[in-house]
Amino acid sequence: MRYLVCIKQTPDTAELPKISPEEAESGKLSVNLVVNPWDEHAIEGGLQLMENYGGTTGAVTVGDDGAVDALRSALAMGCKDATLVKHTDEIDAWGVAELLAAAVKHDGDVDVVLTGQMTVDGNSGTVPVALGRKLGWPVLTGVAKIVDLTEDSITVERVVGQTRLTVRTSTPVVLSVIKEIGEPRYPTFINIRKAARVKVPVLTAEDLGVEPPAPVVHVSNYRKPPARDAKVTLFEGTPKEAAAALIDALLEEKVL
Amino acid sequence: MKFLVYIETDMGDVVASSWEALGAALSLSDDVEAIVIGDKISVVVEEAVERGAKKVYVVEDETRALFDLERSLADVQNALEMSGADAFLASHTSNGRDLAAALGVSSGAGVIADALELTLEDGALKGVRGVYSGNILVDVTVDGSPQIATLRPRAFAPAEKASEASADVVLMDPADVDSPYEVLEIQRAEKGEISLTEASIIVSGGRGVSKDPELGFDLIRELAGVLGAAVGASRAAVDAGFISYDHQVGQTGKVVRPDLYIACGISGAVQHLAGMGSSKIIVAINKDPEAPIFSVANYGIVGDLFDVVPAMTEAAREKLGK
Repeated sequence: MRYLVCIKQTPDTAELPKISPEEAESGKLSVNLVVNPWDEHAIEGGLQLMENYGGTTGAVTVGDDGAVDALRSALAMGCKDATLVKHTDEIDAWGVAELLAAAVKHDGDVDVVLTGQMTVDGNSGTVPVALGRKLGWPVLTGVAKIVDLTEDSITVERVVGQTRLTVRTSTPVVLSVIKEIGEPRYPTFINIRKAARVKVPVLTAEDLGVEPPAPVVHVSNYRKPPARDAKVTLFEGTPKEAAAALIDALLEEKVL
Repeated sequence: MKFLVYIETDMGDVVASSWEALGAALSLSDDVEAIVIGDKISVVVEEAVERGAKKVYVVEDETRALFDLERSLADVQNALEMSGADAFLASHTSNGRDLAAALGVSSGAGVIADALELTLEDGALKGVRGVYSGNILVDVTVDGSPQIATLRPRAFAPAEKASEASADVVLMDPADVDSPYEVLEIQRAEKGEISLTEASIIVSGGRGVSKDPELGFDLIRELAGVLGAAVGASRAAVDAGFISYDHQVGQTGKVVRPDLYIACGISGAVQHLAGMGSSKIIVAINKDPEAPIFSVANYGIVGDLFDVVPAMTEAAREKLGK
């Protein structure tokens, strides 16, 4: 079996509030970059597949040279190989999906592609489905648990709204996972050392024989959201007095 | 501009945020049609008419009782062909997001995903959405046909019911496609449990429950019960095993925007604020007066949630007459 995890390098979530509109627009961020947190769960899911059903798990990303650091994190967690699809021209979600689909095909006989449910920078959550359509494979989103994997099928638990569905589909397949798939494991010291020495292969769109489509989503007017004009009103006294005053205030606000 | 709005159903019930998508379309155009896909959906179809859709395309079939990406996409493509709509709107639920993505990528059209605002400019849709987890706002336009947008639940007013409404109802044959998906088991939320993303009030618990997590969340559930609220949690509470992941609000959990968010024993890390920062009114209950949650809260009580939450439950019971 072959599993391939698609990851993205994104800002450390603690530093997201520091990003300025100018940085966001240029894409040149001064903040610390890490593996997108949702994708860490996808890596964990890929490693569990390898342990439970045999085979190898690789990681792939689309980005600039710096994105190699994210791939090294994936290797340090236990992925067996990693590939950078180097692309710096402007692309949108469909362009990313096109490049990832080409990378999956280039990889060979992949059984399961894993992704995180969304990225903490782009926030659209549309790449997993787009990737599945580009490959012509089924897509299961919101995957919380992999129940079974056979030569030609996979059974998973999905969370959709408030409902949990056990679904079976054919492989090859694209999965987007949620946190419940498992807490990302810590990289071991030896794996970190090994990962640092790996020469990560770099492919371009040309190597993959594709030309990503021109963006069909156009983004402008980057700005900070209006600040919350909240000045906190504190209620004091005994818990009973404070609670009563608070409930009165909420009734006054017409939110109860 | 002519709109087609996707009304999502689940085992015959409407997914309520669909009416917000219909409302958004009606606020921009008089020419609004809807598509309802599901099984045993006559009530939903009627409601789509009452809420102002001019024409309603209906695909009613046993195979449509649960959302199926392959089938829904084919049904929507059929309806778009009949309708000739210029724009397609859906609520940004899991299924709405997946459907819009599949439609967009297969027609080479862009998606304004998870929009917070939507306007028409020069005959085209323009959305406002958050990137970097809501820390930056941007304007978004899209190329391609149809123009596609998914709307953040609770960011738009639902379409109102009007008693004298009438509309054409078009019964369509279910698209003849095979689905690769086979649903083996369905586990539903307990009856009466309110969905976090649809809730108008949320009471959440965090690390502050640590000294007795079970009692802490019992107290929070009790208050939620009296207020008709959903129960949320911080990542710290979920990771500590105090409550299940489906309650997690924040960066790697759910993004919510209730009218009222009551944070009990939650410090207010930026990852939590990314999930609830756009709530209308935020209330903070925390022992630590320096907790960052107080800097975004409208109201607060500095105190132990084990004392304050039951007092709030009692006060709410009294004042709401429950």
